[in-house]
Order: sequence, then structure tokens, then C-alpha cells
Amino acid sequence: MKYRGRFGDYGGFYVPEVLIPVLEELEGAFYRFYEDERFVTELAQLSKDYAGRPSPLYYAKRFSEYVGFKVYLKREDLLHGGAHKVNNTLGQGLLAKYMGKTKLIAETGAGQHGLATAMIGALFGMETKIFMGVTDIERQSVNVHKMKLCGAEVIPIEGGTGTLKDAINEALRYWTAHVTDTFYLFGSACGPHPYPTIVKHFQTCIGEETRQQCLEQIGKLPDMIVACVGGGSNAIGIFSAFLDDKDVKLIGVEAGGRSLASGKHAATLVAGRVGILHGAKSYLLQDKEGQVHDTESVSAGLDYPAVGPEHCLLKDTGRAKYVAAEDAEVLDAFELLSKSEGILPALESAHALAYLCRQKGKLSPDTIAVVNLSGRGDKDVSIVEKRRSVSREA
Amino acid sequence: MRTYKQVFSELAELKQAALIPFFVIGDPDFDTSFAIIKTAIDAGADILELGIPFSDPIADGPTIQKADIRSLRSGMNVAKALEFIRLLRDYKDIPIGLLMYYNLIYQYGTEKFFSDFHQAGVNSVLVADLSIDDAGEITQPAVSAGLDTVFMVTPNTDTERMKLIASKTTGFIYTVSLLGVTGSREKLSDAVEELVGKLKKLTSVPICVGFGISTAEHAATIASAGADGVIIGSKIVALIENNLANPKKILAEISTFLSNVKKTIAPQ
Repeated sequence: MKYRGRFGDYGGFYVPEVLIPVLEELEGAFYRFYEDERFVTELAQLSKDYAGRPSPLYYAKRFSEYVGFKVYLKREDLLHGGAHKVNNTLGQGLLAKYMGKTKLIAETGAGQHGLATAMIGALFGMETKIFMGVTDIERQSVNVHKMKLCGAEVIPIEGGTGTLKDAINEALRYWTAHVTDTFYLFGSACGPHPYPTIVKHFQTCIGEETRQQCLEQIGKLPDMIVACVGGGSNAIGIFSAFLDDKDVKLIGVEAGGRSLASGKHAATLVAGRVGILHGAKSYLLQDKEGQVHDTESVSAGLDYPAVGPEHCLLKDTGRAKYVAAEDAEVLDAFELLSKSEGILPALESAHALAYLCRQKGKLSPDTIAVVNLSGRGDKDVSIVEKRRSVSREA
Repeated sequence: MRTYKQVFSELAELKQAALIPFFVIGDPDFDTSFAIIKTAIDAGADILELGIPFSDPIADGPTIQKADIRSLRSGMNVAKALEFIRLLRDYKDIPIGLLMYYNLIYQYGTEKFFSDFHQAGVNSVLVADLSIDDAGEITQPAVSAGLDTVFMVTPNTDTERMKLIASKTTGFIYTVSLLGVTGSREKLSDAVEELVGKLKKLTSVPICVGFGISTAEHAATIASAGADGVIIGSKIVALIENNLANPKKILAEISTFLSNVKKTIAPQ
């Protein structure tokens, strides 16, 4: 490996020996192509014509009136596939093509990354397998159908709680046995080096666009950027362009699940301890001995016990602040944005909105907050309906 | 305490490869697991390779994953594994290698882990998800604690890297026979004989081969390719899984299987 892939002491590549040559090949290919003119041009063209970039920055007037300060939404939900995930899958998919790989595999939680990978598999004519936990398959069935329509095979994973962690375990195992022709298209800015760096690179377009749009539309930078954090790809994507703007607060919102006190959550940075999982050192939800905890969240996309290594460093240095939003307030935020703006947010993104709802009346009316609306909520409609009818009956 | 060096040099004189069964400590529970491993020793095991169960064993196939789950559900933990090894050492002075995942060691405290487990009777700790590139995190504490080092080589490891791995290994090289995770296979990997031959030319460190070795014939092929040891895991762990309702049958089947392998890899 040419680089150590460390963010402070976090990150690295804690993987079995068999994966080292493969990660090395990936690292080499990434650094060979990511600034290559042909690669950059092809990716830019696809980002525009296929994915729909740039995405708008939208002033949410009625939502702003509710919270009492100015809220702008970075509309990643409008991209093809309905989430920011396509930025990464286009980039990595193109990289796979340049490397001469013919098959794609990916893990998925909410199904957004799985769908975005299935789309790219279809686009480039690559055989695609998506590993997905059985719990997630059940709660995100619409995305499962979409993946299949795009020609991908969806492989149900029963281990553990049947969620994202288990899907990653199985994808890593499969990759170990199929390293020669298969490209593992990792979905978040976590996992072993070089993934955190690669995924961040392909997601920085969110931050770069947002920064420029703020300057053009508002005439200045915002006071805060708010993004949900599971593995942390949409958050690092938007944070990355503002890291040097010390006056811009960066806030990551994790899944508080049922509640932090109940232990049934996925708030890794808020409540975890440093450990090693899926190839990287990061904060981790685990027991005293180091057995990894099962997590719980209303949003499948945040239901993950580890987190991207750069977020760990940003937490320690204090450059970003991480908080948790519980399921109940997330559902309220989901409904509020739907009613006030006619925009259904993904439950993942609704965590960021829930944080803003909590600030209602606490911030000056001039405050400008930008939320990375990382995905749309169509996939979550039945979950919201189900949760709401349960709470009404209770 | 018997060392790897003693075992490998004694067996070398007999022109015999070491029989190294792998079990997850506490599978399916503390007492049955203890009886199973005693049986394996009595059937002719020369070295033991033991796992402490982990929630997310990414290098393992379904058989070992299920063994991890059985063991964890029965209440196995690091402290009990330490006690388990002490008791096992009281039964027989046999070298024991641990094969496990880094997070358990990291949480226990690396230096303390190595020191406590060495005192309990462990000869080496192979960390499945720690490559030679980060060996610095464990080598010093392992050596200070008096442990031998064991690292993995796989069919896709290049020659320079093999040399580097050999230079940092004092116990044996755990040679992975195939590209993939643990699990029994019908056919032995085509890559394995060539891999063993290549390693034997590169280093004098003992070469033991594991992953996918499922029959006495597989073991014999590997031994005649020049390997110093044969590691058998999933095949015998499956004998536990298949006979959970009948512990006596587990012991009988494991005894028969390992005795047979032992006979096959001994010189005719």
C-alpha cells in the first residue's frame, strides 16, 4: 500500500492478508485515474447528464418560518436514484471500468446505495450483486424491486440483525473469494483504506457546489451545515468544502433510535468507543469486551455500528459536532418538511432536519443553516405510515 | 512449556507434518468444547489452533460463523477463554495458537492480552484482520510477552511480501490455501502445492496450510508437498454442528476423523 489511509490514528486497513493486494490495486488505480483528464471529463459528463448535477440549493421558506431561522436544502434528493449515492457509484463504477473489472458487488442498508450501484451496473453493462440484510429487504422492499429491475441480483443476508453491518461482512467474504474480476463498490466513507478517501473524493462535489451556491444566492457562507451521519459519506461530502471556513459550524446528526438511554440506537460518535471493525479503526458501538453491538434505527441507512474515520478525527479536534436525533423526532421532522414544503425527505436526511427543529426559537432569525437533503423519502412512506398508526393505537 | 520449534523439529525427524485442528473455544458450550478439544489431543493433535469468538468474523465462512454464535450464546468471553486455556494446559503440554480478530485484543489492551494469554499457556496469537503492514502494533508486545509470531500468506501474496512476512515470523507461516474464507471444500485448491513449494524455497520458517482442508487425502497431498503442518477447522467444526443433540457422537466422529488424518500424514 502506498499510503497509510489514516485520519489521525483512525482508519487504516485492518483486513485479512488476502485483501491487501486487492486494496493495493484499488489504491493504485484511484490515484492513477482520479485526476486523469479523460476520467474527469467522462465523470463530469455523466454526473451532469445521467445523475442530474448540479443539484439545486433551495431556500425552504415555510420550513424556515416554522423553525425561526433560514434553512436552505441542498437537494441531493433530486438526483437520479433519489440520493447522493449516485455521485459515488458513478465515480467508483467508472473506476471499475477503467480497471477492466467486469463485475460489481455492493452492500446496502436503505437500498439507496444498492440501487445506485444497480443503476451503474446497468449503465456500464456489468454483472451486479447487492448484499442486503433480510431486515432491510423487508423494510425497503421498493428499492429491492428497483434494483432487480435494473438487472442486479439481491442477495439476502440473515446473519446478525440482518442489517448493514451483516451485509458488509458478507460482501467482504464474497470479495475475498472473487477478487480477480470483481470490484467492491463500497457505499460509505468508511471501511478499509482507500475507501474513505475514494468515497469522500466522489462526494466532495456536494460541498463544492453548496459553497459556490451560497456565495451566489446568499452572498455569504452559511452559519452552519447540518448532515446526517451513518457511515458518513453525505456528511463528509458537504463538510469537506467548509473545513477551512472556521466560522461555519459543521453538525453531524446520528441515529438516536429509540433513545440513547435504551441502548437501541446507532449513535456511534455520540456514544461509542474506539475499536476496529470492517477494516478501520473508528468509534464503534460495542460491549466491554469488544463484541460489536446490534444497532437500531428507524432509518436503514444509518443503522450501522461504526463510522467513517475522518468524522472521528473531526469529532476529536472539535471541528465538527456530532449529536443524535431519536426516531420520534425524526418522524416529526419528516412530516413537517412534507407538509411545509411538499418535499418528502429520506428518513436518514430527516435526522438533520430534526436537529434544526430542536433549535426552534433558540437561534437568531438571521441564522443561515444548510441541510444536506441527502435523499428523498418515497422509499420510507410505508415505514412512516406504519410507525404512525402504531403510535396512534398506543 | 512446549514450543513450536520443539514440535516441528521432532516431527521433521520423523518426516511427518503436524496435525493442527482448529476449534472455537466454547463451541457449543464450555464443558462440551473442553471435552472435544481433549479428544482432539488424544487423537493425535500436535498443535492446537483456537479461536475466541467474535461478533463479526469477516475471514470466516458460515461454519465458523455459526460456531462463533453458538459459543457467544453459551456465554463465552475473553476471561473464560483464558481460564479454558489454563485448564487445557493442565491436561496436556501442547502448543496453542490463538486465531482471532483484532478488536477483542485492542479492547482488552494489547500488552495485557498477550501477557495474560502467554501466562495461561498460549504460544502465539494470529490476528486475522491485522496484516504485516501494521504488525508493528502487535509484534513488540507479543515478543515481550514471550510469544511467537504467526502471520498469514495467501495465494495472491507477492514474492517480496512473502519474504517480508517470513522475516517477521518466528512461529510458523499460516498459509491460506485459496482465495476465500474458511470453509470445507470438496477439492483442494490448485494453488496450494505450488504455494507451499515456493514458500519452502524462500524461508526456513515452518509452513502450515489451512482453509478448505477437508479430507485425509487433502492433508496427505499438502504434507507431501512439503508443508510442516496441516490445519483443519471447518470440517471438524461441522461435526459439532451436525451432532449438537448428541455430544458423544461429536467426540466419536472427531476422534475417528483426526486419527485417520494423523495416520495418513504419518510416513507409511
